[in-house]
Amino acid sequence: MRKLVGMTLLLIALVAAICFYQVLTFGGVAFFRPENLSNLAQRVGILGIYAIGAGIVIISGGIDLSIGSVIGFVGVIMAMTVSTFGLNPWVVALGCLILGVGLGLWHGFLIGRFNLQPFVVTLCTLLLLRGLARGISGGISQKLDGFSTLGNSSILHVPIPFWILIAVALVVGFFMNFTVYGRYLYAIGRNAEAVRYSGVNVNRMRTAAYVACAVLSAVAGIVSVSYTGEVQPASAGLMFEMWAIAAAVLGGCSLRGGEGSVIGIIIGAALIKVMYNGINLLGISTEWEWAVIGVVILGGVIADAAYRQRSERKTS
Amino acid sequence: MPASVQIPLLEMRGITKRFPGVLALDNVDLVLHRGEILGLIGENGAGKSTLMRILAGDYPADSGAIYLDGRPVSIKGVRDAIELGISVIYQELNLAPNLDVASNIFLGREPRKKLLGIVDKRALYSRASELAERVGLSGNVTTPVSELSPGGQQLVEIAKALSVKSRILVLDEPTSSLTPSEVSKLFDIMRKLRATGVSMIFVSHRLAEVKEICERVVVLRDGRNAGELDKPRMEIEEMVKLMVGRDLARFFPKHGQLEKREVVLSVRGLRPKGAKSEISFDLHSGEVLGVAGLVGAGRTELVRSLFGVDPPEAGSVEVKGRATKVRSPSDAIKLGMGLVPEDRKQLGVILEMNVAENISLPSIKTYHPVLLDRKRELQTAQQVVDSLDIRTPSLFQRVQYLSGGNQQKVALGKWLALSPRILILDEPTRGIDVGSKSEIYKLIRNLANDGVGIIMVSSELEEIIGLSDRVLVMHEGRCTGILDGDQITEENIVRLATGS
Ligand SMILES: Nc1ncnc2c1ncn2[C@@H]1O[C@H](COP(=O)(O)OP(=O)(O)OP(=O)(O)O)[C@@H](O)[C@H]1O
Ligand SMILES: [Mg+2]
Repeated sequence: MRKLVGMTLLLIALVAAICFYQVLTFGGVAFFRPENLSNLAQRVGILGIYAIGAGIVIISGGIDLSIGSVIGFVGVIMAMTVSTFGLNPWVVALGCLILGVGLGLWHGFLIGRFNLQPFVVTLCTLLLLRGLARGISGGISQKLDGFSTLGNSSILHVPIPFWILIAVALVVGFFMNFTVYGRYLYAIGRNAEAVRYSGVNVNRMRTAAYVACAVLSAVAGIVSVSYTGEVQPASAGLMFEMWAIAAAVLGGCSLRGGEGSVIGIIIGAALIKVMYNGINLLGISTEWEWAVIGVVILGGVIADAAYRQRSERKTS
Repeated sequence: MPASVQIPLLEMRGITKRFPGVLALDNVDLVLHRGEILGLIGENGAGKSTLMRILAGDYPADSGAIYLDGRPVSIKGVRDAIELGISVIYQELNLAPNLDVASNIFLGREPRKKLLGIVDKRALYSRASELAERVGLSGNVTTPVSELSPGGQQLVEIAKALSVKSRILVLDEPTSSLTPSEVSKLFDIMRKLRATGVSMIFVSHRLAEVKEICERVVVLRDGRNAGELDKPRMEIEEMVKLMVGRDLARFFPKHGQLEKREVVLSVRGLRPKGAKSEISFDLHSGEVLGVAGLVGAGRTELVRSLFGVDPPEAGSVEVKGRATKVRSPSDAIKLGMGLVPEDRKQLGVILEMNVAENISLPSIKTYHPVLLDRKRELQTAQQVVDSLDIRTPSLFQRVQYLSGGNQQKVALGKWLALSPRILILDEPTRGIDVGSKSEIYKLIRNLANDGVGIIMVSSELEEIIGLSDRVLVMHEGRCTGILDGDQITEENIVRLATGS
């Protein structure tokens, strides 16, 4: 809770700083221009969708590194099948969601049944899917025409990806907070063995988390290929799992598991995209983006740890 | 001792400590003389561990003062305490399980080579061997700590304390997971240490042990000094009276009526994972079946295979006359079983979650198959807290912050909401104070009277004999006998448990 407040304040401060700077240097505020806001909402939407996926897995005490490759792979599949074979994009999209389910089941199976480490298992998927995406496309950029509505239109001035994020957040938020299974996931993240001793099928719950993550990654892949209309097999979705983890951690998830909330993850995603946007609006050259964001995230995490240490010393 | 009676080695005066919602210590005094082994006893949550943590610099006291050799000292952190020669071995051991004995002894203080500052392995191992010898730790100092018995791990902790030249050594419930022979070995070492001038504070719920090893005992009750007893007056009844503030009535409740009851669980030729032989027995509704044996006799393995944690290699189980396979704890629970595991902190509770969440975990799905029923959850938790008298400031307190004994009650209480037909208890009263112990015995008996079949594994002969209707004795993975009625005697159990 406290962390949420902190991150919200940070977000507001960041926006205020950007505006202030803009007023000083350009005499106007570009941040609140409708195009900028809509653009931002659209990007936060896509990042938020897969960051929530990553968050579910992280809360359950695992990690999923395959997100970016899933997004890239889905993009390549969509573009190739629709453009070359003329399939209906919606049918292919549905197929991609099913693929996500299968992938999640596969991850859960390997991790639960063979006791493999999530990091390793999903790292292999990261490599595998990226390789497949590049292999089947010959590494050549693929175009997807006639499927741009999903990524580019707005309803009531709000971009569709953001609507999707809201829907996902409501469903996942409900699941995590108001169902028995959500409670199980948090508990598993804390101490999976004790949860097993309490009669919960831990492997099944964990698998569900990986399924959710893979499906949400596939959704994000579909939305983002619709947005760009084109995929570069080697770079589409590259590093996205890192942004997802960053958003989740900024938003209060602990990589040790058992902590975090959907609303926190969305705020984390917004923070990252506002930073990008700010760097852009302030005219800093994009080559510096990662450095700036890395420093800001580190600062946030350090501030949080320092605060926690101080308050722990006080109360205990 | 007599020469220095005037100025005590350590004085803690007027120590007060408040946690959110709990006054853990209220103006507590404690005096430790040179070369003394002082007992510190009190009910669960009386504040023993908290007082010791303040001495170790783990928490600051809200008020009060600490004197060493008559001089006031300020202990702001663990480092200060170590510099002053104070070492505390905590209730929950603090070893790194994967590191070897030597590295654990010197963790963070490894001897280093002068020039390069790298760890001097040779010095590390030779000094560790010396210390290991001093505490009577047999075996190699290159063994990983995880391979040692609980007793061995305890000795590593003591070696660690000696490596920093402690004058005051605090042992917080060191014996709760030791075998009798390990306990007497530990006592020998404590006496030897005392002879070399180390003073000790011994925290324990095992009053007989306190009586054996301590010269004096300080009793805490509800965070206050409840009194003090010297050697001649240190009788167990006296200690209990001070601890609970009244005479404790009958310790073991009367057995129920044991007319022929139905068999709730019938085990035939069960071979637990890794065990050498097969075990068969029946459990009746309404009976307490004690399972006795030495540590390592295979009792916990039996329990784990019954509950489906490690599915058995062979054999069959019938529940209420129907043959079933128990492949996982969730299978076991569906059949009406519950388990309070031996390792409460790792398996019995989830330390970072609160009391209500812990209690409701196994039963929450029965309130509603999908949705969280928070109201029902809190009601159930409140009932359990009331009926077991769990001392907690609220249902929302993290279990981590409860005293050890109250954590154990949570681990037991979570099953009550499910009304199990078969309840398996592995060392149910470990680390529990006398008052709560007799409450827990009463509770076990009441559950049995309500028709629950209870399997109780315990290393405390007294409670096996006092509470069991029948006793299954194990030795080296084998069932060496099932005792009934008058056969349940200490001699019989010991004979069967040692395989002689
Ligand atoms: N870090 C903490 N935060 C909040 N409350 C605490 C904390 N540590 C201890 N308490 C509370 O302080 C009281 C004293 O606890 P303490 O652990 O000292 O008891 P104890 O005498 O060692 O009991 P036991 O015999 O069960 O180990 C208890 O009510 C406990 O719940
Ligand atoms: Mg304690």
